[in-house]
Amino acid sequence: MLRLHEYRYHRPARLADALALLREHEDALAIAGGTDLMPNMKHRLFTPRHLVALKGIAELRGIGLADGAGNPVADDSPHARELVIGAGATLTEVSRNPLVRRVFPSLAAAAGKVAAPQIRNSGTMGGNLCLDTRCTYYNQSYFWREALGFCLKKDGEVCHVTKVGRKCVAAHSADTPPVLMTLGASIDLASANGTRTLPVADFFIADGKANTVRRRDELVHRIRIPLPAPGLRTAYRKVRQRNSVDYPLLSIAAAARLTPGSGVESLSLVVSALGAKPRMVSGLDKLAGAPLHEVVDAAAALAFKQCHPLENLIVDPDWRHAMVPVYVRRALEEMAVGA
Amino acid sequence: MRFILNGAPAEVDAHPMKRLLDVLREDCGLTGTKEGCGEGECGACTVLIDGEPVVSCLVPFAQAREAEVVTIEGLGGEHPYQRAFAEFSGAQCGICTPGMILAAVALGPAPTLEEVRTGLAGNLCRCTGYEAIYRAIHSATA
Repeated sequence: MLRLHEYRYHRPARLADALALLREHEDALAIAGGTDLMPNMKHRLFTPRHLVALKGIAELRGIGLADGAGNPVADDSPHARELVIGAGATLTEVSRNPLVRRVFPSLAAAAGKVAAPQIRNSGTMGGNLCLDTRCTYYNQSYFWREALGFCLKKDGEVCHVTKVGRKCVAAHSADTPPVLMTLGASIDLASANGTRTLPVADFFIADGKANTVRRRDELVHRIRIPLPAPGLRTAYRKVRQRNSVDYPLLSIAAAARLTPGSGVESLSLVVSALGAKPRMVSGLDKLAGAPLHEVVDAAAALAFKQCHPLENLIVDPDWRHAMVPVYVRRALEEMAVGA
Repeated sequence: MRFILNGAPAEVDAHPMKRLLDVLREDCGLTGTKEGCGEGECGACTVLIDGEPVVSCLVPFAQAREAEVVTIEGLGGEHPYQRAFAEFSGAQCGICTPGMILAAVALGPAPTLEEVRTGLAGNLCRCTGYEAIYRAIHSATA
């Protein structure tokens, strides 16, 4: 049985208080649903002396429309420019929200495919963005990791996947960020110093040690997704061993804007769960103008060429590589139906 | 710390870092809630917090403050699902059963087979192959 270590539990009621606590205590971590942090603490991957609970903070809740300046507006307002999701919204709430389902069905699908119902009832959007990377040699008990001499990501010097690399290649394993990237979403990161806004695509870095630019004293406050012009189609595909509970072995998020004659005006494609950072497939702008069903193969070939899976999960990397074009095709064909 | 346990006010003096699972089993003596994986993957330790199924091995006791917690004991032993699981062999070794039943209870009075399949997708069973569980739930709601 894996037990937790000793820590102090803080329960701030306001965002400002939470940010002050994170600033005050060097070894404090934030906890929302705790569905990622708790198992990792049991494995002694994190041993914070202070935990700052975000559950009671009203400012982090809610899903709704906002104007261009981020101020809430009614669902039928002509001034609505973006959908705003509080970092504390649970994955169940996001997957069931009528607005999300209608405007961004791929986001509702991705949130609804995270782990299992119990986990989605606890886990939050902010937590999903900050999900720790995963690797065969990392997500293990202290005893297991110690026996192997630890690894680059935690307590050790060597990467057991690449043997020589100085960069951690643990896999980004969250379902919603790839979708948010295809939707051009940004996030508000709050700290005691103020708030900075950055595109979700710039939130992640290609080093699995700590694969986001979030500083320890910063919190994801909310996620902002620009409302699309008509003609947006989206899809999310997830490969995993079982159809529930599991993290992705490979995930594909896609979004395309189609003009009335069904030509592709723009197409974005993100492949994830392979490396530390979700990969935005490049070169898709050359495919614009043709009908979506005619660019499926070319897009799948581009994705295949740009992805290089490693043996960071206990599944054959060549097989995961081979599945990239298969699932890109399935995602795009789903979007092309009825186009 | 105060919370509502199976419909009655409860006050338990336990460390806030203790897992709700351990508080229920060790401090409250309610051993119906089982520990499976301890990592949030198997659903054996499922309890209802404010009506929603969650895995109690990932909930620090402090997060249950003022909340309404329902364990398998809260169903009183006579719930139609409890009888049906016994009758239709939905329970074999029994470790997953309390979590299965609570996750099913959270689906409301008459869930469809599809709702049961997705609603129980976070509860793993190594004995039944799931079909006996679905049959038990269906028989109790039909």
